[in-house]
Amino acid sequence: MTLLCASGLNVSLGAKPVLRGLDLSVAAGEFVGLIGPNGAGKSTLLRAVLGLLPFTGEILLDGDDTAAMKARRRALKVAYLAQEREIAWAVPVETVVALGRAPHRPGFAAPTEADRAIVDEAMRRMDVTSFRHRIATELSGGEKARVLAARALAQDTPLLLADEPTAGLDPSHQIALMRLFGELAASGRGVVASLHDLGLAARWCSRLVLLDNGRIVADGRPGEVLTPQTLRAVYGVEAFFGEAGGAPVVHPLDLSGPAGG
Amino acid sequence: MGRRRATGAGLRLALLAAAGPLAAAPALAGPAPGRVVSMNVCTDQLAMLIAGPGQLHAVSMLARDPNSSVMAKEAQGFAVNHALAEEIFLMEPDLVLAGTFSSRATVGLLRRLGIHVEEFAPARSFDDIRDNIVRIGALLDRQERAGELVAELDAGLAALSAAPASGRSIALYDANSYTTGTGTLANEIFRAAGLTNIAEGLGIAGSTRLPLELLIAARPDMIATSFREYRAPALAQENFVHPAFTALEARAQNVSVPVPNMICGAPFTLEAAFVLQRAAARGGERP
Amino acid sequence: MSGDARYALLITLLCAATLTLFALSLTVGPAGIAFADSIMALFSDKADGVALIMQEIRLPRALLGLMIGATLGLSGAVLQGYLRNPLAEPGLLGISATASLGAVLSIYTGLAAAFALALPLAALAGAVVAVVVVQAMAGARGNSLLIILAGIAVSSFAGAMTSLALNLSPNPFAALEIMFWMLGSLTDRSMTHVWLAAPFMLAGWAMLGALGRPLDALTLGSETAASMGVDLKRVQFLAVFGTAASVGAATAVAGAIGFVGLVVPHILRPLVGARPSRLLLASALGGACVVLAADVAVRLIAPGRDLKLGVLTAIVGAPFFLWLVFRARRRLT
Repeated sequence: MTLLCASGLNVSLGAKPVLRGLDLSVAAGEFVGLIGPNGAGKSTLLRAVLGLLPFTGEILLDGDDTAAMKARRRALKVAYLAQEREIAWAVPVETVVALGRAPHRPGFAAPTEADRAIVDEAMRRMDVTSFRHRIATELSGGEKARVLAARALAQDTPLLLADEPTAGLDPSHQIALMRLFGELAASGRGVVASLHDLGLAARWCSRLVLLDNGRIVADGRPGEVLTPQTLRAVYGVEAFFGEAGGAPVVHPLDLSGPAGG
Repeated sequence: MGRRRATGAGLRLALLAAAGPLAAAPALAGPAPGRVVSMNVCTDQLAMLIAGPGQLHAVSMLARDPNSSVMAKEAQGFAVNHALAEEIFLMEPDLVLAGTFSSRATVGLLRRLGIHVEEFAPARSFDDIRDNIVRIGALLDRQERAGELVAELDAGLAALSAAPASGRSIALYDANSYTTGTGTLANEIFRAAGLTNIAEGLGIAGSTRLPLELLIAARPDMIATSFREYRAPALAQENFVHPAFTALEARAQNVSVPVPNMICGAPFTLEAAFVLQRAAARGGERP
Repeated sequence: MSGDARYALLITLLCAATLTLFALSLTVGPAGIAFADSIMALFSDKADGVALIMQEIRLPRALLGLMIGATLGLSGAVLQGYLRNPLAEPGLLGISATASLGAVLSIYTGLAAAFALALPLAALAGAVVAVVVVQAMAGARGNSLLIILAGIAVSSFAGAMTSLALNLSPNPFAALEIMFWMLGSLTDRSMTHVWLAAPFMLAGWAMLGALGRPLDALTLGSETAASMGVDLKRVQFLAVFGTAASVGAATAVAGAIGFVGLVVPHILRPLVGARPSRLLLASALGGACVVLAADVAVRLIAPGRDLKLGVLTAIVGAPFFLWLVFRARRRLT
């Protein structure tokens, strides 16, 4: 089942074209790592899919055209974990996570037992249950990031888009998050996460999409996408390629070309 | 229901008021109002002068303030109100006298409560003063008394114009550099006293600021300042200590004009004109 | 006590306080009427003095205090939630400044003297102009910064024009009247004012009250909120027009009353667990309490002099702000 199908996507920020004629499909069961250098258009792509930016081209979510879609319906199909980790008011953690249930509740309805169960489960998976009553704005950066991820989980959508979700997390929580995304994909959902950490992307994603200058330059399994040639061409780095525990290991080493070794 | 009666009367009066508060109201047919309350310092003083014994019940707070009212002592003999609707309503007046600048809400509410309110605009000329006196005389059914005051006013004006015009010029220079030009009562007072108002010459209308430069350039023979004893100082008085002004003061003749006489238009307004005329005559004798 | 129970208790207490202050407002005045008599007189259909005083003088004043306070509290809470800024307040959109300008122009041109409702209607017209300009300048889906800037621009312009009117006024009486009106007062308002303001306020409350859930979602930022199904265009429309209708009507009838919309949501925010949706009702009630209390105070402190409501709210509001600064400083250092 195709969760997301974007074709001929063009997005301009102001006068500058950022995405040029991009085609991308994401099916259920895929954990897609969206990689590419700064300014390649990763965040722009995610925000265009969410309807946060004007675009030309076609975007279908679960077969439905997003152009005519109401915000609430889209919120039931795709959840978004933003790069900016904004929490404006000193609310408790469980209030933040419970916000994810909002698209499912009509009007002024109170949360149901089912809602509460989903919220609890989301908090458990992100390991924030122990501070559910603490004020969200008083948490550390990493803890805040996990709380916000729990909110996105609580939204319980077939597709999840995450913009640099592992930034600022310690190694154990980074890996836990990547594992979680893998599990979500395995259970029939789709996850698209933009990542800077090539090592994580290589080890945990089922598919990588490499973006450069608004175009997809490579799309496939990590082993196919992350090669010394692509890394040199797109990132300008030399990397170490290996294998451990049955999964690829990719680690950037140095700049390529005269500046490096 | 009672409220309908009140609203009906109020509506009628509101329509009358909407037609123009400056329109002279027809004299009330029927008995003279037995209990009059005034809520504006100018109508207070005219009412005190014109009303019959026991007819005027209360005047406004300002009537007792010597800085604003000429008849501050006489005002002690009446009840006082603070121009609030509930207070005035409790006094059960037959007629309320107000100014056109009295709080719109209060006047509106009084009318809504079925009370007859008459509004008076501030007098800007001796003709206005005459009209106001006659109108109050009609409202209070004291036309004879009003006639006496008009005669007093006319006699005073005649006395003023009989004296030879001194031909001197005058500037009113008040706090915050305010002066009075054409269309103000002060200007009429200067005219009646036989003086030329430099503000008129400068094309100034109404009460507005006079730049110190223009004042000095005009070289008035006399400068009138307000005779006002406010115990609290104000920045507004700063212009009086400006060196240019003090220099001008030294050369010109300074006259203190009694301000309460000039705020409200009544026969006592002429007192200010007499003060100025006498001062001009004195000043003209100086070498 | 759970969050829900605490919230229910807070609302109950605020309702009780509002009712008490409303009753108190009804009983304060120069006519010393016994409490029981005054309440009964409210419902009497005789045209005697006590009934007239209660129904035509005290009741409209108390009603307006309640409605205006609720308006200021509610719109303050909405604007703080929408702009995600605890310093936001109803005046930020320039609505009270332009409403004041409309009223001032009506006094200055003599329209206010010519017909009774000229002043409130002119003030409402001013509020409409502010809204149209702010929406046009900020765009239908402007971000919060654009809205704030547009509101400040409109406010400054209206303030400058008001100062100009005061400056050019040839009549010192008109200048004084303008100044006093701008200080805010409920003295001698009648049921006419209540009926004039009520439809706009009710419409405004309906628009602002619908923003509870969207404001909760906006806690996480406008993009995340949009991804959770919040229609940002609709939120902007409801926030701006709701504030314009309700605050415009309030200013039209009572002049500019400051600080309430800023301070009340601030005080109540910790008591509702900082949830924007819960803050709406609490702030409406809290605002009503504050304005009713202030209006009772002006009549008790200086019954003879016409102490202005806006002066009292400023006198209390400013030191409160100093206290907030000290408290924030202690927490940060």
